[in-house]
Amino acid sequence: MLICSVHAVSWADSLCLPCLAAPISAGFPSTADDHLQNNLNLQEALIPRPAATFLMRVQGDSMEGCGIFSGDLLVVDRSLTPVDGAVVIAVLNGEFTVKQLRLSQKTILLAAANSDYTPIVVKAGMEFQVWGVVTYVVHGLQV
Amino acid sequence: MALNPRLQHKPVVIASNNDGVVVTGNAKAKGLGLKMGVPLFKVQDLIQQHDVRVFSSNYALYGDLSQRVMSVLEQHTPEQEIYSIDECFMRIPEFAEATTYSHNIRKTVMKWTGIPVSIGVATSKTLAKIANHVAKQQKQYGGVFDLATAGNAEGILATFPVKEIWGIGRQYNKWLLSQGIETAKELRDANEGMIRQKMGVVGVRMIHELRGISCLPLELVAKPKKEICVSRSFGQPVTELADLQDAIATHASRAAEKLRHQQQVAEAMIVFARTSPFKSRYFRQSATVQFPIATSYTPAMVEAARKAMARIYEPGRELQKAGVLMVGLCPETTIQGHLWEKDEGWEKRKRLMSIMDEVNDRFGRGTIGIAASGVKQTWKMQSKWRSPRYTTCWAELPVASC
Repeated sequence: MLICSVHAVSWADSLCLPCLAAPISAGFPSTADDHLQNNLNLQEALIPRPAATFLMRVQGDSMEGCGIFSGDLLVVDRSLTPVDGAVVIAVLNGEFTVKQLRLSQKTILLAAANSDYTPIVVKAGMEFQVWGVVTYVVHGLQV
Repeated sequence: MALNPRLQHKPVVIASNNDGVVVTGNAKAKGLGLKMGVPLFKVQDLIQQHDVRVFSSNYALYGDLSQRVMSVLEQHTPEQEIYSIDECFMRIPEFAEATTYSHNIRKTVMKWTGIPVSIGVATSKTLAKIANHVAKQQKQYGGVFDLATAGNAEGILATFPVKEIWGIGRQYNKWLLSQGIETAKELRDANEGMIRQKMGVVGVRMIHELRGISCLPLELVAKPKKEICVSRSFGQPVTELADLQDAIATHASRAAEKLRHQQQVAEAMIVFARTSPFKSRYFRQSATVQFPIATSYTPAMVEAARKAMARIYEPGRELQKAGVLMVGLCPETTIQGHLWEKDEGWEKRKRLMSIMDEVNDRFGRGTIGIAASGVKQTWKMQSKWRSPRYTTCWAELPVASC
């Protein structure tokens, strides 16, 4: 028997951290410790709408200026409406790409956050769609 | 396709476990004649010629997407009945204007999940199914058809063949045609006494439903043959894992029994549980178990269901409903030959199950059940062309380049 899977956007294996009601103080044990609050569920904060949230893996260096590095995890929420300046997942000619959305009255621009890359101007005839809005980036700091 | 933009304009088919036959396909593939049940080796030329993309079934992905859609829908209705992996009934809230409400729901599901759905609205479930046919097939309605307010409702019923009506099997269809009843309208206006004689109370209900009088309350209808869903609301919220596992084990046994009754086996099982959608901290979670070889063996089902429940369980959640959904159903006979070669225990297990079913039929459901279980299935499943588990596996997440 295989348990193939649990949803990626899962509450189940979530990290739960105890949250203390009072700040931790050195010295006397505080009676406030008795008032241990609910555990904090990180996902509850980062993924308020699991049904609309997808995780993606980043490949490439064009968004480093936004703190998004190759190999990072992105939290993508499809329920949000993309606005000017949002970091989005766009579908461009059949590929997913992460870029910053620049909307003006006349043009749609997909801007990189790395001066080595020129912005992409969305033109008629291009297959283009904003797939979702990036809400968080998970970046490991281990060397 | 929502997760692989490259497939947007391609014909795509899904193959069964072990890549034997076509299970389903998108509109483009169906247009090429790639229909359900066609063995793959017979259509190799067609596949190459039209660059058809073939994928092995990936129940982890379908289960996840299905549960996302159900979750969005559930938050819009006071009452929902999941009917199969891709179908459910909902009661439209009193305050809502049905057509606008349905278009909004459809838009929300598309935006949140990327899955297109069609919605049929009517005053009974049977009519809602007919309305859904129209919504799905006639593009001008934009995916929503409200039979209750449609000006052409009579015309639609007058051209809707009886065999397409929900619950009409081949036998009844044959009989109805022999009586000159060919359309939904003709059945609706048929003599009730005559229908009762042949089809009993089921037939009478059907007539009433077609007249727009709802008499199949949610959750009281025979389930479809293509999927089996067994779910129950709890009398009061359940929070303990052991209780949930007992409940889910019961549902799984019942589902396995239904499968055997239909002489079918399932390729996968989806286990789900949820809290009330109308309380704060709404929680809904599911896990999909894909069997190495399709099965209807109760101990295998029970064990899988218990394990899956343990995976989705989270302490402190006041769960209000849980259920199992059997998917990828196929006739028992399709796996028999395959199994003979690899698993001598199969015949023995089948005998055990038929004895169990017989005893339970004679002395009442639940006379014999499964205490402990465990079957080793050591062979490997063949699914060469499985699409990535985009949403359920860390190593297979979609990649966004930048």
